[in-house]
Amino acid sequence: MKTLVKVIFTSSFFYSLIRVATPLVLASLGAVITSNAGITNIGIEGIMLISALAGVFASAFLGGPWVGLLVAILVGVICSLLIGYVSMSLKADSVLTCIAFNTMAVGGTVYFMYAVVKDKGTTLALDSGKLPSIPIPIIEEIPVLGKILSNHNILSYVSFFMVFVVYILLYKTPLGLRIRSAGKDPKALSSVGVSLLKTRYIALAISGVLGGIAGAFMSMGYVTWFSKNMTAGRGFIALAADAMGNSTPIGATMASLLFAVAEALSYGLQVTTFPPELVQMLPYMATIVGLILYSIKRNADKAK
Amino acid sequence: MGDMNSKVVLKAEGIVKVYPNGVVANKDVNLEIVAGEIHALIGENGAGKSTLMKILFGMEQPEKGKIYLNGQEVTLDSPKKAINLGIGMVHQHFMLVESLTIAENIVLGKEPKKNGFFLDRREMLKISSEVAEKYNFSINVEEKIENVSVGVKQETEILKALVRGAKILILDEPTAVLTPQETKNLFEELRNLKKQGHTIIFISHKLNEIMEICDRVTIMRHGVTVETKEVKDTSPAEISSKMVGRDVVLHIDKLPAKKGELCLEAKDLCYTNKLGKMMLDHVSFKLYAGEIVSVAGVEGNGQSELAEILSGMKEKNEGEILIENKRMQDYSPKAFREKGVVYIPEDRMSVGSAERMSIRDNIFACKVDQYLKKNVFLDESRMEKDAKKWIEDFQVLCFSSKQKVNMLSGGNIQKVVAARELTEDFKIIIAEQPTRGIDAGTSELIRRKLIEFRDAGAAVLLISADLNEVFELSDKCVVMWNGKINAYFEDTAELTEEELGYYMLGVKNQSKEEVEKIWR
Amino acid sequence: MAMNMNAKVDRYNRYFSIIRFVVAVFIAFFISFVIMAFSTEHPFSALLNLFIGPFTTLRRFSTVLETAIPLTFAGLSVCVMFKARQFNLASEGGFFLGALTSAIVAIYMPLPPVLSIILALFLAGIVGSLVCGIPGICKVKWNSSELVLSLMLNYVALYIGTFIFNQVAKDPSSAYSASFPFREGVNLGNLIPKTRLHYGIFLVAVFVVFTWQFIYKTKWGMKLRIVGENLKFGKYVGIGTTGIIMMSQLLGGFIAGVGGGAEMLGMYSRFQWSALPGYGFDGVVLNILAKENPAYIPIAAFAVAYLRIGADYMYKKSDVASEIVAIIEALVIVLVAANAFLEKYHHKVITRVTAGDKGGKE
Repeated sequence: MKTLVKVIFTSSFFYSLIRVATPLVLASLGAVITSNAGITNIGIEGIMLISALAGVFASAFLGGPWVGLLVAILVGVICSLLIGYVSMSLKADSVLTCIAFNTMAVGGTVYFMYAVVKDKGTTLALDSGKLPSIPIPIIEEIPVLGKILSNHNILSYVSFFMVFVVYILLYKTPLGLRIRSAGKDPKALSSVGVSLLKTRYIALAISGVLGGIAGAFMSMGYVTWFSKNMTAGRGFIALAADAMGNSTPIGATMASLLFAVAEALSYGLQVTTFPPELVQMLPYMATIVGLILYSIKRNADKAK
Repeated sequence: MGDMNSKVVLKAEGIVKVYPNGVVANKDVNLEIVAGEIHALIGENGAGKSTLMKILFGMEQPEKGKIYLNGQEVTLDSPKKAINLGIGMVHQHFMLVESLTIAENIVLGKEPKKNGFFLDRREMLKISSEVAEKYNFSINVEEKIENVSVGVKQETEILKALVRGAKILILDEPTAVLTPQETKNLFEELRNLKKQGHTIIFISHKLNEIMEICDRVTIMRHGVTVETKEVKDTSPAEISSKMVGRDVVLHIDKLPAKKGELCLEAKDLCYTNKLGKMMLDHVSFKLYAGEIVSVAGVEGNGQSELAEILSGMKEKNEGEILIENKRMQDYSPKAFREKGVVYIPEDRMSVGSAERMSIRDNIFACKVDQYLKKNVFLDESRMEKDAKKWIEDFQVLCFSSKQKVNMLSGGNIQKVVAARELTEDFKIIIAEQPTRGIDAGTSELIRRKLIEFRDAGAAVLLISADLNEVFELSDKCVVMWNGKINAYFEDTAELTEEELGYYMLGVKNQSKEEVEKIWR
Repeated sequence: MAMNMNAKVDRYNRYFSIIRFVVAVFIAFFISFVIMAFSTEHPFSALLNLFIGPFTTLRRFSTVLETAIPLTFAGLSVCVMFKARQFNLASEGGFFLGALTSAIVAIYMPLPPVLSIILALFLAGIVGSLVCGIPGICKVKWNSSELVLSLMLNYVALYIGTFIFNQVAKDPSSAYSASFPFREGVNLGNLIPKTRLHYGIFLVAVFVVFTWQFIYKTKWGMKLRIVGENLKFGKYVGIGTTGIIMMSQLLGGFIAGVGGGAEMLGMYSRFQWSALPGYGFDGVVLNILAKENPAYIPIAAFAVAYLRIGADYMYKKSDVASEIVAIIEALVIVLVAANAFLEKYHHKVITRVTAGDKGGKE
């Protein structure tokens, strides 16, 4: 117990909390947008993975991490629209489509990685660069808070800004109104002459942008290389966060933070004598417990 | 009528509509709507009202016929086109997003914008509250749909159409879901709309309402518009006799009923639906072996809820059911089947069959445990033998018992349902609209089967909106209106169509004592 | 006449699904070929190597069969759950923990080898059932999403498994992370010398027959199919639907667990997995290819295994990464699963068939 307290109450724990939360928050916001539009986008995992690799390549060969970020976003959008095309226009089952897509993402990234750097494990051989970390002027000076909040990767700040953006988008714009209608009552949307398909494609594209940024963070912020299957289920955790957060941007972010605590804790505990495997299990276990509690609560609410 | 022609805003001429499954919904429909009137369209279920309205709103395209708007011929090929031409429709099932506010629902699809990107909330509220005020709707447009009453939901639908510039409003059975107070309120609003120059087409089968609010009425029967009259020149009795009528009387000979033991007794069944409307209000009756009791009534008066409760598909809120004098403990579908109740559901596609499975699988779905070898393995040879027999018996048109159900026509699917339900070891048959939307041949087959089983000693409860069926099959008849049994007739043979029509439409109601005869 | 027409349409539908499959495979290979052309100067020889690879030596051909065994188990496991319309992907975790369970039994249980093997496989199955049962029970009781839950559960299974492995089975003297060796004779033997093909191939054959029989020939299987096709209909005909749904997931888990056990006892002499084997997702892939029919799953598994072994050979000879297979597989299954793919053409043919019939051209 003492070790636990020791691990948690350090500024480095909270610093790493923000760091590990970044991809989860971004991906869960992507999941929030699509689930509001009535699509369960399990493909977010694969989108992140492919974007992460695309970002590294673009950064190394086209001109630095900013180009990398741009390409990652673009690739994220393309992947997302592809999933939409297959599941909506070609009418394949959307769950199966996404599972196929994720399988392809894992293998396909390795294929291309090998084609370029002749390595099936990582792209360490490439000098792909890193998106900058930003010291925040005044906050930086504050003793503890400065260490926690300042000097994060720019995408970490972007991710929390995105919570705000997604909130505005969903609740304060006509597009958001249509997206929410597409998910809640597609017939109502069609009855007023708005194209359901178009609305869903737009939602998917936005989700692709967020997934793309999340991927770029993984390979150009979190670390500075791509490694095989580096997302390790973060896209799935994001889906769980979306479910637990009741598909609201704030709720999903809170749930992501909860999972991030478990993950940060697992890194903190790695230096202790705690069995490392159980520590690594924490974020997933937390997700399961969270999901089950959520469904119990939802069921109880319904019964009322 | 000649001098009124100048004011005709909407005219339909010689409309014919045949659905892909072969059902002729509109045979020869002619309708003239005059500017600024409230025009009632009345007819039995299946008379073709809804189809006609779908055509006028661009949701269906007719095979033949012409539509004129303000004297000009128009092609209504999509709801969007109809909306643009100033036609609005309030569907029976609301097209509203529950989690959004009234204002958001009103502006959805034509949202006001601020800075080219943001939703202009203030403008949105202004638009919706202005339109609500203009037409005297006292609603709070900032409330969420999920929190408001059905009446307000309907008002939202009307406002949605008005905001989009509707001059002609089609209301599809608007009062079916409303309480009496809400209905009164709606009428007030409709009169106001009329005053402001709107034209309203009002679909209903409630005579008193038509008498109260409408200017003219068009009566439909079996896909044909029978007559259009001024409401003040007609009477409920006249309308009712014109809309309720049999087309071809197929006579099925049947022997007099041999009333047997008491099979099923329902005591004070009550059921309130999700919207909070009481669909069954203390319904009691007794069902005896060897008799067919029909439940007549206009759709939506609680009959389908009754059928679903008697088969375990829905759970009652109050009351009890006794089968052969034993009180039911468990109200699951399984329990009803074990007690010998079989059920032909109205929705044969999503409840009555698994369409991607074979005919054989469908037939034996409820009898799996009776066709086993060593208690585990399906006895396929016995299944095949019986399936063949029943397919022949029920004249299912197919090339093999392994053919998938979704390759069959509606009538043949219903035969498969019947072949499953009516071959079990049963005592009580609950048949809900067993011949709706299917061809005459199949209808006759199923009706004959019902009589056959009644003669063999089964108790049959026939829920039907088809008067032909009620008169042909039933020995006794009850009428449901507004969630209650409002009439009971000991002998259907002595009943006339006119008489039945009055009760179905609530023009007449029997006294409590008369109705109670059914279980006394 | 109508009967003839129905039979005819039915026949055409069957032809059409075959044509669609062939076209899908062709397109998938074509796109993959284009992708390969970007990364190698000799895409033709790479593709050729992919196809002939498995036939180059007996050893390679037997590897195809060895690879198809666990794939088939995974396919059957997912099949039983998909048939009840449960998107439970915990087969993956069941497979992993099943393998570990059988390894522990194989290391420690002082029983005659045959009994050890039977016990190991049986316990592996039970563990698999438990893993797949968790999302099942949460679905049935609280309507949790079995899909998301099972995805998370797989990781939990991996880490718990690794923990147990490190605690009880790890051989400290081993150079790499591996368990103590299995006891003498506790393995599924060797069928053909100089290959690793083991008796698991008979076991999997038994399971194919068993699963097929179960789904199509038993009362439980029939109820399971009914519930999967139309839940409402299932309730209406008086089936205890929650029990059936639960059963499908326990059985699916059992098959996955046994599959893990058979793979472990057939291919290895020590437990040495440190990551999830990926069979859960493979199971989904196989079911799309096999149209959720257990009888076709071994064929699909063989095809997938063939591709993978061919790709390994191609990797050695042509320096094209074997993971291209993942792209080929994904393209094929997406096109096979896409209902609208070639539908316009199909519709045209059917219209012509029915119209021709009306014209009396028999």
